[in-house]
Amino acid sequence: MSLPPAQAMFGQLLIGLINGSFYAMLSLGLAIIFGLLNIINFTHGAQYMLGAFCAWLLLNAFGIGYWPSLILAPILVGITGIVIERLFLRRIAGLDHLYGLLLTFGLALIIEGLFREQYGSSGQPYVIPPELQGVRNIGFMFLPYYRAWVIIASLGVCLATWFVIEKTRLGAYLRAATENPVLVQAFGINVPRLVTLTYGGGVALAALAGVLAAPIYQVRPQMGSDIIVVVFAVVVIGGMGSILGAIVSGFALGLIEGMTKVFYPEASNTVIFVIMALVLLIKPAGLFGRAA
Amino acid sequence: MNRRSVAAFGFSVLLAGAAHAQALPDTIKIGVLNDMSSLYADNGGPGSVVAAQMAVEDFGGTVLGKKIEIINADHQNKPDLGASIARQWFERDGVQMITDVPTSSVGLAVQEVARDTKKVVINVGSATSDLTGKACAPTGLHWLYNTVALANGTGAAVVKAGGDTWFFITADYAFGHALERDTTAVVEKNGGKVLGSVKVPLNNADFSSFLLQAQSSKAKIIGLANAGGDTQNSIKQAAEFGIVQGGQKLAGLLVFIADVHSLGLQTAQGLQLTESFYWDQDDQTRAWSKKFFDKFHKEPTMIHAGVYSAVTHYLESVKATGSVDGPTVVKDLKAKPVNDFVIRNGHFQDDGMLVHDMYLYEVKKPSESKGEWDLYKLIATIPGAEAYKRPNGNECPMVKG
Amino acid sequence: MRQDLVTRLWTAALLALAIAAPFFLYPVFVMNALCMALFACAFNLLLGYVGLLSFGHAAYLGTAAYVTAHAAKVWGLPPEVAILTGVAVAAALGLVFGWLAIRRLGIYFAMITLAFAQMVYFFALQAPFTGGENGIQGVPRGRLFGVIDLGDSLTMYYFVLAMFLIGFAIIMRTIHSPFGQVLTAIRENEPRAVSLGYRADRYKLLAFVLSAALSGLAGSLKALVFQFAAISDVYWTASGEVVLMTLVGGLGTILGPVLGAFVLVTMQTYLSQTGSWVTIIEGIIFVVCVLTFRRGIVGMLAPYLTGSRQTTEPLPALAVATEGHRGETVPAPAGELS
Repeated sequence: MSLPPAQAMFGQLLIGLINGSFYAMLSLGLAIIFGLLNIINFTHGAQYMLGAFCAWLLLNAFGIGYWPSLILAPILVGITGIVIERLFLRRIAGLDHLYGLLLTFGLALIIEGLFREQYGSSGQPYVIPPELQGVRNIGFMFLPYYRAWVIIASLGVCLATWFVIEKTRLGAYLRAATENPVLVQAFGINVPRLVTLTYGGGVALAALAGVLAAPIYQVRPQMGSDIIVVVFAVVVIGGMGSILGAIVSGFALGLIEGMTKVFYPEASNTVIFVIMALVLLIKPAGLFGRAA
Repeated sequence: MNRRSVAAFGFSVLLAGAAHAQALPDTIKIGVLNDMSSLYADNGGPGSVVAAQMAVEDFGGTVLGKKIEIINADHQNKPDLGASIARQWFERDGVQMITDVPTSSVGLAVQEVARDTKKVVINVGSATSDLTGKACAPTGLHWLYNTVALANGTGAAVVKAGGDTWFFITADYAFGHALERDTTAVVEKNGGKVLGSVKVPLNNADFSSFLLQAQSSKAKIIGLANAGGDTQNSIKQAAEFGIVQGGQKLAGLLVFIADVHSLGLQTAQGLQLTESFYWDQDDQTRAWSKKFFDKFHKEPTMIHAGVYSAVTHYLESVKATGSVDGPTVVKDLKAKPVNDFVIRNGHFQDDGMLVHDMYLYEVKKPSESKGEWDLYKLIATIPGAEAYKRPNGNECPMVKG
Repeated sequence: MRQDLVTRLWTAALLALAIAAPFFLYPVFVMNALCMALFACAFNLLLGYVGLLSFGHAAYLGTAAYVTAHAAKVWGLPPEVAILTGVAVAAALGLVFGWLAIRRLGIYFAMITLAFAQMVYFFALQAPFTGGENGIQGVPRGRLFGVIDLGDSLTMYYFVLAMFLIGFAIIMRTIHSPFGQVLTAIRENEPRAVSLGYRADRYKLLAFVLSAALSGLAGSLKALVFQFAAISDVYWTASGEVVLMTLVGGLGTILGPVLGAFVLVTMQTYLSQTGSWVTIIEGIIFVVCVLTFRRGIVGMLAPYLTGSRQTTEPLPALAVATEGHRGETVPAPAGELS
């Protein structure tokens, strides 16, 4: 296969970075939820989809535009996450976390099924906000402004989340609670509430990713299940429970996927799984997970 | 219970079944099998069911004294699901004819079932020319259009207008492959060159990396060998990535009026496409389309019109032959010319293709359009023989020798 | 003794039902259910009795389906040879994947099996002989042993029933054999089994290969029943469905997966035209089963049906997931945010 021109490569890498933005944000939410709740949140994909649909509904039913939706949609979907945690997840807290996987998988099916029933499975269009429309010729490709925004926004969100967890007191409580909830509770911190809010937060992150995705990927009920399996692979590669691992792996794997599209496009869907299998065999805790 | 008695029982059941098939059933059932909820639903979908019901009503509701019933199912673009619905319909539910069947991989699968069971399938929605090519079947008819006609229509027109280098973005299944193959043949025959292609999974949302590849190929024309929602996404995202600004043009090889309506004239203007029918073409089409619009509140696509036409002619042949036996009815259908508001100057080839006039349209500019559905202007009429001529010959065993 | 008699009566009743089924139900539907039941039983061998949750069992179902379809259609092999070929390939695949995957436990095992299944899916999508999205269509059923025409629905049905019973018998024998007891010991406490001198890995691998082979048998049969090998057979949703069937029917019970398979296939067949309600109901079943119903239907009814006075056995433990590898403790995943 002849080497494609440098232009093509940079263009694909940039697009890979855009995909990576979504992988990073989604795996970040998953990593947080897994780290604290020990729950493998299969519903994450459906919650991403809910974020996109929420933005679409806000626009079409209430005339609320993109920018307010960026804040509203994650809050609304985050609330549904809190409800789920209270109603369902709390009851299986002590069990093997494979049950958590099955439960959240079931919830994902219900949510996706309901939306597919209501809206059919072809996509709803969501217009790119006028401030971000247009395209800029950066030499090796035409880069749409909106897609550049996606990269910047997601980097910002990821870094902000990392900062909160690693460098603030709230983050310290969170990390302490994952290691020793009983002791932390003894210090007077309401651990169950912390847990609930954390789940809501992780879900809100997924919903935010959904709003960002709405103008690019079309708002469809199966957008969640299309992406969730890949996001799981990213989390496993990064190390389940590792925030930094999720962010770095997300962007890195987006780039790798982009590179694969240049040389061997058909394999682009599978290269992440190959890497995941390799990581699992060699270093099961993941690239950033802590070894024994 | 030993094997022999089982076999004997089975044999007698078969005999009974066979004997039963000769007499006319109490209800003549026709099945509309299509995509009701996904990317092809707007081109056929519920509208096809409405069209079929209109055909039954206009025919009088009964044939040979038996009531006619239209049933409908969603094949979800899955060939195995489509095949098992078709088999169940033919073997268990007493359906005599299946129609519409978009999504070429499903169309091929259903035609196999029709071949096995010797029942009739009149495919309106699928595009692949293989249905009357290497997969041709004695009781399978292809009514409305195929990838050869699309290639000879849009493909030839674009090449002749100067678009002599092509890059394909192809839906990675039977339809896309057939469309790319047939259009490549036409492009090369007219002196053009295909610089490359990329295969995309069906029902894909994000075309950015594929469009980027198309851009870097520097081909003058980016051929979209896909349909429905995929074509809409390709066109929208091509606009997003400045494809046209970069100097390339898009050729939508299969575009329906529902797609143009959804995209809007601003985005779709200038697009050239080949179809069998346009609601506003002449008085006949306008008259029928008005009746359809009154029921469905959208103007009909060519598939809706095609389903109406197919059901009507099927019922006429049933009446003429007094039978629902597959081979008998098909023989009668193939023997007669077809001329109605949809199919002009139509006659059947041995391979089952209904050859008829096709039309090359161009999407109007927003300034040229006077109404929500006033979307096309007619550029040329392509006579059937020219439209359906296969550049590389036909592999159908029913035609050779 | 009474338990024995009740069990025998139930077995006889089910067999009679199975033999009479094609006369009042659509044969293709029952055959589909039998194939899925075999698939679920094979899966349950690994999950319920060895404690390993595989998320990639569709790989064996689908691969065998493709191989058998190709063998019957393109190579023109008679059905019994085509099936054997399919099963052999599935078993070989199980050997390779299993050997790699059993090095890990719990969620990591599940993810590795998923990764392998996705790779199989990719291969199936790209390889020319599988037909990609079109699948392999028009697979001939052929003549069994050159004599029996499987094109007839009734004959085909009894063939499929016979194959199902054979597969089921193999599983039963495995479970009740010394080999099966070692598997249970490994599931309950692997370090202890190892300390007793059993090569746990070998046992697990053998169980994995057996499970893969029988899943392959289910896939091969399915390809001949529907005369079709489709890409959906290797997609991860098929792996998810078999988990659901086993969960609903009852983990670690013998008839549970069969019942679960029938419930699911019935639901899918009769509700397929109601749009997405099948998905929604599947989801609801998952949720309900996990929350309140972990024993599944058979698990719950077992005491009543067998007349046993025993209290129900404790729920089979899914493989201990805090151990990443054979006794070493890998601290993360359980509860560390870093």
